[in-house]
Amino acid sequence: MSAWDPVWHWNVNVLGASFLRLQRLRSRRALERTPEHPHLAPPLETGPRLKELISRHYLKGRHAEGRRPVAWVTSGAPAEFLNALGFCIIYPENHGAVCGIRRVAEGLCGKAEDAGWSRDVCSYARTDIGAALSGETPVGKLPRPDLLLCCTNICQTVLYWYRVLGRHFQAPVVVIDTPFLYGAEAPEHAVDYVRRQIEEAVQVAQNVAGRDLTHQRLREVTRLSKQAIELWGEILSRGRAHPAPLTAFDEFIHLAPVVEMRGEAFTVDYYAAMLAALDERVKKGIGAVKKERRRLVWDNLPVWARVRWLSEKLAERGASLVASTYTNAWAELAPMVDPEKPVESAARVYLHPILNRGPGHKLEVMRRMVRDFGAHGVLLHSDRSCKPYSIGQMDQRERLAADGVPALLLEADHNDPRAFSEEQTATRLAAFLEVLEA
Amino acid sequence: MSALAAVGIDAGSTTMKAVGVDSSGALLWSLLEEADPRLEAQAARMLEAARTRAGRALPVVATGYGRALVRGAGRAVTEITCHARGVFRAMGAGGTVVDVGGQDSKVIVLSGAGAVESFSMNDKCAAGTGRFLEVMAGRLRMSLDRLSEEALCTREEASVSSTCTVFAESEIISLLARGVDVASVVRGLHRSLVKRIAAQARAAGVRAPLLLSGGVARSAAVRAMLGEELKSPVLLPEHPQLMGAYGAALLALAEGTRMKEQG
Repeated sequence: MSAWDPVWHWNVNVLGASFLRLQRLRSRRALERTPEHPHLAPPLETGPRLKELISRHYLKGRHAEGRRPVAWVTSGAPAEFLNALGFCIIYPENHGAVCGIRRVAEGLCGKAEDAGWSRDVCSYARTDIGAALSGETPVGKLPRPDLLLCCTNICQTVLYWYRVLGRHFQAPVVVIDTPFLYGAEAPEHAVDYVRRQIEEAVQVAQNVAGRDLTHQRLREVTRLSKQAIELWGEILSRGRAHPAPLTAFDEFIHLAPVVEMRGEAFTVDYYAAMLAALDERVKKGIGAVKKERRRLVWDNLPVWARVRWLSEKLAERGASLVASTYTNAWAELAPMVDPEKPVESAARVYLHPILNRGPGHKLEVMRRMVRDFGAHGVLLHSDRSCKPYSIGQMDQRERLAADGVPALLLEADHNDPRAFSEEQTATRLAAFLEVLEA
Repeated sequence: MSALAAVGIDAGSTTMKAVGVDSSGALLWSLLEEADPRLEAQAARMLEAARTRAGRALPVVATGYGRALVRGAGRAVTEITCHARGVFRAMGAGGTVVDVGGQDSKVIVLSGAGAVESFSMNDKCAAGTGRFLEVMAGRLRMSLDRLSEEALCTREEASVSSTCTVFAESEIISLLARGVDVASVVRGLHRSLVKRIAAQARAAGVRAPLLLSGGVARSAAVRAMLGEELKSPVLLPEHPQLMGAYGAALLALAEGTRMKEQG
């Protein structure tokens, strides 16, 4: 890989960047012209910039093949060293979410099912495998991976999923195995075990990239990563305001940079701007839901194809999703990130995500959210595709009820719209809100 | 004779019900029909009948799957709230409302004061609903009443393991093909249904007594076996199928919503 590549520069930095800037201006104008929603505040003014960031991310991916080393990684993988080595990083889960929002996930899942994958397999995995097999994607083109990095801190499905990708793309699969945490903190031997795996992964990545990792660059990326995570946490904390200036639905959409672009200066800038916009809303008393009467906590992944619909359904009845365990997962570990010890702290951080800690920890997170965000109830999305996230929700509902916090279980799926029933969901939500208001 | 003061309409999946109450909330008048595919027109017709009887426009609340299509209603309220309100008024006690309708089943835990403490509804599966019995009755060429009688006239019980309506049907076909007694097959399929509902009730947290509503409550076999399964006395309101519409009428009365003038 050369440092200066005129084709890359022309396609990404000149042509692509100008086009995206124009698109941002256009969508800003469109935003100004959007008629006022009866129940929701206007979208955040930073929205068009977010769109530009995400488009730019995929634009780079589109031109990366043969020019940059490409890695596909799981959402909870320690990716900072890949960034420091100049990899173009693709997150199949984020790409899956884009497919969900654009309503093409069902078709891609179908491609995977045609090839023999069961409908019981995670819909992100099916979307991704469907996209890999067919080459279809709403982002133009996904670059072929030179390396697959799979971390088991979110589920075990990724292990089999990435093996399939490895075989399909003839690319090496590096696994970071993160032992499940039964206690509050990871024991030192577990941290050491993960640290050694990251060090081995660095070796493989260096071979693939054909260059050596400089620790100064890794420290810099980790510092930027920490800043983005901290800002993200600040953004989420603004949901404590009455009325809340943003809902978890906004957070779902604005989550992309902290997942797939952390470690970048522009991500830090973007979140700083978003935070300023939210503070302005808090100061003016603008709520994301115009007549906020009830405040709820969301548990689990979003139902990507129905984010807008659900947000309108709740807003109609004055219900605001003020916090979610899902978006919080990318904020809560900020204090553990230490740019001076990038590898060791990464080992610690990537051992502690919510899904690696069991249902008891998640219950405590929800209890804290109800308290801190002044919530009246909890919506538990029982996600057919994400078993590790959904397990224990029946018990969590009972424990919350014992605390006097009503919780509703909603059966759906994060990326397979066939597992979502609009009428049933609408009736349950309406009944739940009637009970909360009685 | 006291006059109608409010109307509730329950546009369910299988039947449509309208109930009129007087100013004290007593159930005075009702209509029950098979659900018509043109439910908007059907609801309008029922409301017109209520209006003719009352001689004036009345406040209306609508509930059930088709609640959004009831034109003359001042407000649409979910079945959970309406069944809770109707059953509590009819029975005068808290407990666990088990409403088994044509396409869904609901369990509502009521406090002693009639407030909804928790609820659960079946999800994406018709196994714990009236549809299950309808499919089986069709397969066995029996009326729903006859189905209940058959189940109660035997102590033998064939094991119907599947909780899926479609698979249970094929299971029953193979039981009959093996020459298993029809009555014990019928009792077995009731057990399968009742177990499904009982599991749902346990998940919501059962509080005695069980208060049944919905069309399936008409089945004596379901009532007997559900009480047995959940070890709780089972109470039945006088008009179990009308409880959703009755609750809606009570809400209409309380809120004084105004019926829009109809064409």
